[in-house]
Amino acid sequence: MTTLAPDTRRLIYERPELLTDRSSHYCPGCGHGIIHRLVAELLTEMHLGPTTIGVASVGCSVFAYDYLDIDFVESPHGRAPAVATGVRRVRPDAFVFTYQGDGDLAAIGTAEIVHAAARGERISVIFVNNGIYGMTGGQMAPTTLLGQRTTSSPAGREANLAGYPIPITEMLALLPGVSYAARGSIADPSAIGRTKKMLRRAFDIQLAGGGMSIVEILSTCPVGWGMTAPEAMEHVSKEVVLTYPLGVMVDRMKDSPTSKDKDEA
Amino acid sequence: MAITVEPVIQPTSARGSFEPLDIAADRCKGCSLCVGICPKCVLALDESTVNALGYHAVQLTDAAVCTSCALCARICPDAVFTVYARPKGSLT
Repeated sequence: MTTLAPDTRRLIYERPELLTDRSSHYCPGCGHGIIHRLVAELLTEMHLGPTTIGVASVGCSVFAYDYLDIDFVESPHGRAPAVATGVRRVRPDAFVFTYQGDGDLAAIGTAEIVHAAARGERISVIFVNNGIYGMTGGQMAPTTLLGQRTTSSPAGREANLAGYPIPITEMLALLPGVSYAARGSIADPSAIGRTKKMLRRAFDIQLAGGGMSIVEILSTCPVGWGMTAPEAMEHVSKEVVLTYPLGVMVDRMKDSPTSKDKDEA
Repeated sequence: MAITVEPVIQPTSARGSFEPLDIAADRCKGCSLCVGICPKCVLALDESTVNALGYHAVQLTDAAVCTSCALCARICPDAVFTVYARPKGSLT
């Protein structure tokens, strides 16, 4: 029998504390895994774990409560902003965020997100946009790109028949109740880093007492898109960003400071 | 060759050489995002085995070349990587 000495290697990166050990049900290369990891990293770095209440949506991300080691409420389809409104109002000390896909937020839940934003609810919204209904088999969503083939638009989305993709974050940015609205992507490590900064800013704004903060994240659905994971990432960085440009649409709390990123130290 | 996951408490000296990555191969789904992102091209799927999830897990093919840049850890959807800094002067 041998006695093991402590590991002397200097740690650069490890799985965040608030990400559970469970293996996720997501398909290989799914963007949800990366975004879950970013949320877990931020909540860990900002010491928000004990005070956070997440609101999970319906869709592939319905099991987010199994993967993030924080308190969670599951909401009916599209109603996460309404549930989060209630949670935040009865627990004003809590940090509250919703985690919603595009089928949830931009389709069935459009009314809820618009009115929660109009009321300026003090919640953070993480909006994962992969332009498709992943869980039900890759059907066309309101966010599907023009010309994109899905199982319910096999010849590609046509504007005459199915209308145009909804730029929901730009729409919400018009409302004065929205303190921060931005769009990032997960197409490569530098984009992931910028998206993490946007999420940090959104979380800081809630902590500083601002109104709704929303970060849309362009994500992938390799299986639904009929691509490999690396091809799907390239598709986001070359095609999807043309319809959904990246950047900060509005920051109405410019005077409020942003917390420090440990990577920038 | 089968992939073995080194326990974190395994001392560096016991292995004789520096190991920059711990890979939780049991959680890897073989999406190969890290394989394409690695600037030194030292990550590859181990096609000789499948893990309990049914995928070819990723493995580090040459520990001596890895620079601990952690790009693999930042793109990985399943957070399988733990990255350690290379001691000064050990990069070949």
